[in-house]
Amino acid sequence: MANRIVDEEARKQIGTVGEARTYDVERGAIRRFAEAIGDPNPLFNDEQQARKTRFGGMIAPPTFCRSLGSPIPNVKLNMPAAFRGLDGGSDWEYFQPIRPGDRITVQSKLADLREAEGRLGPMVFMVIETSYTNQFGELCATQRSTAIRY
Amino acid sequence: MARQLYFEDVEPGFEIGPLEKDPTTQQLVKYAGASGDFYQIHYDKDFAIANKLPGVILHGALKNGFLGQLMTDFAGEHGWLRKLSVQYRGMDVPGVRIVCKGRVVKKRVENGQHLVDCEIWLENAKGEKTTPGTATVALPSRGASH
Repeated sequence: MANRIVDEEARKQIGTVGEARTYDVERGAIRRFAEAIGDPNPLFNDEQQARKTRFGGMIAPPTFCRSLGSPIPNVKLNMPAAFRGLDGGSDWEYFQPIRPGDRITVQSKLADLREAEGRLGPMVFMVIETSYTNQFGELCATQRSTAIRY
Repeated sequence: MARQLYFEDVEPGFEIGPLEKDPTTQQLVKYAGASGDFYQIHYDKDFAIANKLPGVILHGALKNGFLGQLMTDFAGEHGWLRKLSVQYRGMDVPGVRIVCKGRVVKKRVENGQHLVDCEIWLENAKGEKTTPGTATVALPSRGASH
């Protein structure tokens, strides 16, 4: 069956990059994020205890980057205005810890665009790759997430 | 801090967790505030029901956070979570206990790093794996200085 929404023209948008955004990482934001998950790990909560570890201070928990949002690339799809959205999942890679005081630049890119026939009609899978880079130009983490629209 | 696991301490089949969570609507509101995800299906029951959901549901990313906790606990201070993947296959709702678990699948040494590949998942009270995934952790080795 020919794709109804993700056609040749739509797929030309793969590789489109969204606007970059830069965040100052606050200690309190890290602690509140860990607290929301209910994660008592001293590395994410307690500067005094974290100082005694090999990290020399607090670091952010692995999914903290979810609080550092970036505009997703402006992708044009031939869909009804009132579509529904679902989060399909995420693949993370971690290279460097994120610490209080870091300036993290976040940028997203449309990595893939697919279509499948769902129970409620066509479903579009948008794969978004996001990079998180610190003030030293070091890549801290990447997230590849799948957004489903139907 | 919890006891540090070394590469030599684990073998394929080694069980990770369980980490039990009892999410409440209050926790969903806290997570919405901390993450900035204010999609109403996570705190507005009327909105959720109007969107054909049974009621408010957990943020997928919160479940991702629970599985992150499972794996940073496993890694310990001297380990490092290298990769974490999760797929949201089923909904979870507040008021129902969920359990995070995992299992070591493979051990390998790559560029001097002692890596452990794991399958991980979050299961509901019926034992359904609503959020399966994988993770790779670098663990310290007793045979190497780190």
